[in-house]
Amino acid sequence: MNTDDFIDAIRWLGDGANWRGGDGVPVRFAEHMWLTGVSLLIACAVAVPIGLWLGHIGRGGTLAINISNVGRAVPTFAVMVLLFLTPLGLSDWTTIIALVLFAMPPLLTNTYVGMREVDRDAVEAARGMGMGALQVVGKVEFPLAIPLIMNGVRLAAVQIVATATVAALVAGGGLGRIITSGFGRGDYPQLIAGAILVAATALLVEGSMEWLQRRVDPMRRITRRRTIDQVAVPQAVPHEQSAIESRL
Amino acid sequence: MVRNDWICPDYVETRSDLIVDALREHVVITVASVTIGFVLSVFLALVVRRWRRLAAPVFGTSTVLYTIPSLAMFGLLFTITGLTTTTVIVGLVLYSLTILVRGVLTGLDGVPADVREAAVGMGYNGLRLLFRVELPLALPTIVAALRVTAVSTVALTTLGMLVGHGGLGQLIKQGLDSNFRAEVLTASVLCVLLALLADLVLVAVLRLSTPWRRAVS
Repeated sequence: MNTDDFIDAIRWLGDGANWRGGDGVPVRFAEHMWLTGVSLLIACAVAVPIGLWLGHIGRGGTLAINISNVGRAVPTFAVMVLLFLTPLGLSDWTTIIALVLFAMPPLLTNTYVGMREVDRDAVEAARGMGMGALQVVGKVEFPLAIPLIMNGVRLAAVQIVATATVAALVAGGGLGRIITSGFGRGDYPQLIAGAILVAATALLVEGSMEWLQRRVDPMRRITRRRTIDQVAVPQAVPHEQSAIESRL
Repeated sequence: MVRNDWICPDYVETRSDLIVDALREHVVITVASVTIGFVLSVFLALVVRRWRRLAAPVFGTSTVLYTIPSLAMFGLLFTITGLTTTTVIVGLVLYSLTILVRGVLTGLDGVPADVREAAVGMGYNGLRLLFRVELPLALPTIVAALRVTAVSTVALTTLGMLVGHGGLGQLIKQGLDSNFRAEVLTASVLCVLLALLADLVLVAVLRLSTPWRRAVS
């Protein structure tokens, strides 16, 4: 291990020249966040309604749950290159299509499972009170499914940030470019600096999504006392666990 | 040749040795990563089971590692281990820990206490209790975690191309550089098939190693 490279990487990060211009850190970061934000919005707009509907009618569970496993089996790099070689060619939209494709499985699975895990008694009570299908979804099922839906949004966001990095290998934009160009020119300090920036961005997104996940849970006031004990353990534990067990 | 078809039997025929080489590297990297990751995870799960206070740091660290995008991970490891398969394997092992440690721990925690007591009463203890009673009973949960890990490891191996050892990812990279569609599609399809095969093998292993589950159901 060459510690000099690491020291130089810190210097690289501290050098104002790397933070200016068209390929400076802020521009790359903005590109990365733009790709992430747009893709996440599109993926949510498509996958969440489908998951809500499938979960409401209780159909398509096999599809909704297995699509996550299929998504895991397909290499992001392969899809990125395949799309790039289609007539779509090299554009931000090619990257966004790939990012949306990889963000949909966790969203769909978590939304579906969230809807199915809503207490049946609550749904029956809502129906008994005379609520129509839309009201049941909007006022009972959806609010109660929010924790799992937000878990899906968080997983999707982290997946998109990571996959957007891979776009740099196919010559897309984003922070991954700092790594690939450092690699290409044998500039290892830049490579390390890029890797640190990418890792920090991913952790930042993960952290803020976790915060958001807690903020938007309509039941948080009631469950706060219980969740405080669990703060040290990542939120994903029970859900990932149930995902693992659902495969048995 | 001007045409650039997605499917090209000539390519598969004339370059079969290169494809087999890439496939072999892919399998070696995947198997090595999942095996090492599994052994390490069993160890970590046992440590966490013995000292519960270590649960938060172990899970916290593995989650942070899991969050780091692979390009950054391989980039950082490259500066330590260079352009080698080791770089790829170390990265994939670190990724496997999140799901595997949890899977093993959940499996072990799911062993009924009275079964454990009965085994202890029969004179089982220490490693013998672990290998003869606890791990076999935890196997369904462990294999479920292994399946998730194996499938995603097969897919992630392609990114090893950053350091020149991506198995089928090398072919995808070559196809990208030379704008050769058939090479990219062939390698991508093989990669998905490999993931499917890994999944099926693990399902078969579970069925063969837990005959009592079939007897009950």
